[in-house]
Amino acid sequence: MSRYQAMFDRLDGDGAFGAFLMLGDPDLETSARLLDAVVEGGADMVEVGIPFSDPVADGPVIQAAAQRALASGVRVGDCLDLIASFRNRHPDVPVGILTYANIVIARSGFIRDAAEAGADSLLIADVPTIEATPFTLEMEQAGIEPVLIAAPNTPDAALQRIASLSKAYTYCVSRAGITGTHAGGQFDAGLIERVKRKGAPPPIFGFGISRPEHVRAALSAGAEGVICGSAIVDLASRHGDVASFVRSLKEVTRNDSAAE
Amino acid sequence: MRLSGRFGRFGGCYVPEILVPALEELEGAFLGSQEDPVFAAELNDLLANYAGRPTPLTRCRNLPGNIYLKREDLLHGGAHKTNQVLGQGLLAKRMGKTRLIAETGAGQHGVATAIVGALLGFETVIYMGAEDVERQQLNVFRMRLMGAEVIPVESGGRTLKDAINEALRDWSASFETTHYLLGTAAGPHPFPTMVREFQRVIGREARTQIIEQLGRLPDVVIACVGGGSNAIGLFADFINDDLRLIGVEAAGRGLDSEEHGATLLRGTPGILHGAETYVLQDPDGQVTDTWSVSAGLDYPAVGPEHAHLKESGRAQYVGATDAEALAAFKALAQREGILCAFESAHALAHAMKLAEAEPEIAILVGLSGRGDKDVSQAQALIA
Repeated sequence: MSRYQAMFDRLDGDGAFGAFLMLGDPDLETSARLLDAVVEGGADMVEVGIPFSDPVADGPVIQAAAQRALASGVRVGDCLDLIASFRNRHPDVPVGILTYANIVIARSGFIRDAAEAGADSLLIADVPTIEATPFTLEMEQAGIEPVLIAAPNTPDAALQRIASLSKAYTYCVSRAGITGTHAGGQFDAGLIERVKRKGAPPPIFGFGISRPEHVRAALSAGAEGVICGSAIVDLASRHGDVASFVRSLKEVTRNDSAAE
Repeated sequence: MRLSGRFGRFGGCYVPEILVPALEELEGAFLGSQEDPVFAAELNDLLANYAGRPTPLTRCRNLPGNIYLKREDLLHGGAHKTNQVLGQGLLAKRMGKTRLIAETGAGQHGVATAIVGALLGFETVIYMGAEDVERQQLNVFRMRLMGAEVIPVESGGRTLKDAINEALRDWSASFETTHYLLGTAAGPHPFPTMVREFQRVIGREARTQIIEQLGRLPDVVIACVGGGSNAIGLFADFINDDLRLIGVEAAGRGLDSEEHGATLLRGTPGILHGAETYVLQDPDGQVTDTWSVSAGLDYPAVGPEHAHLKESGRAQYVGATDAEALAAFKALAQREGILCAFESAHALAHAMKLAEAEPEIAILVGLSGRGDKDVSQAQALIA
């Protein structure tokens, strides 16, 4: 059974809480410590960015994180090493990579190496469903699960492709834009319903999750979980208490809490 | 998508899923416009009576050899850019958009977009690297004068590629009301095909004109290549002819230095700004900084059709250094009384080299823009 599947089983109806961090931000040691901190705070799954020089799907916070990592000389190989050592320390926590197409194709064997390092899924921000097949085939062979993005403007035909091409979870965004975009606390229940109807992997909301009430609203809209990115990265860059912050959001995902 | 958007193995549509519907809408509007005589009539009217087409074909009187210049420098706006901003501007109207966004490096495409924004009544926002804003104050003023808002981009290296990133980010949230008026034949499908079709007029006119003047086709067609829109526009109607097509990239301070913009000569296949194409990058896939004396050739990727023309062998790509381009710029000024853009001077530099080696051949050169924007830089470099 995949780590994602085992996680959803373990949660038994509670929402999954995913924490995003940029690998190597601001350096390798701090990055490893932050990964442990989000797990300590209760993150059920960890999503990690591999920094790219031209991140067109990211807002200012994640852009700055990638810049910091690259400026400190972090290489793709270092990021895979961070994942491998995290995997040793936390054998059951699913790890998903979020990165860009050029990182995936520039280095031959990237997908295989990512799988071997212990990553469970891969989302390539600038590969939409119409271009996804060669990538998802390679991922399947390597044993890493493809994740694709669904937005309110994603037509049913693309949701159908997401259902047939991806595994792990479906990364749902509530409104058009880039990471760090404020969803204004509004999460599109219609999108979740369409994702489920098409039989796509469990929908999880990303973009615009920075406060407990966002988590509550996203889960009320029917999502199986949330991913919090910019808020955690921003807090980490200001040396805030990341574990406590994650704990405050994770709490809301528990069934008894969400019912309050 | 109705078309594949592929040129051999290059091209495609590598954008966040959120943008795919916007690109599908654009492709639909573009294909519809191509079959619509009313659209063609309006575009042709603007090209002729607003922008000044056809542009002349000038045979050089004094430079050695047999060199013909396609004079896009005489087009309104001062460069070939105007051809395609008029096309995309009319398309944006057709789609009911009210706002234009664009990226610009030195400011030429920003100025062209500001022109069409003023003419057709759009709210216009230009993203420009903060570094470029400082270096190109005059063009920034021109854009503002025509009513465009210029937003300095502080991210990354603060130049053209960062401006494209920022425009794509804006578009990800604004596509319902906004058209992204991309400035060259690069980016995700349908831009490379659409921009080529709007620039095809350069080669179509040049082909007729040179047959009139010379009595036959030229032996060689040469254009400079940054993103590659003027080159693909000039090449398009000659691709099936039996003649040489040559694209000239910026060799900057030398192809073996790290300071150049020679993507096809020194880059490797990658995916940047929506297309699979050649990219200047490090072994990890991080995009590297480029250099050229001409800002318009200072770009780490290239239009995907050029990547295909290179790989198929149909076109040849060479480099011209800053110094060679400056020498050609000077020669054209002194011998022919024409101030061309630094970009165009790269194409001319290679043409002059060829004319010396093969004096009998007829060479058609795309003179993509005028040199007014480069005069103060030239003063510093030449004096």
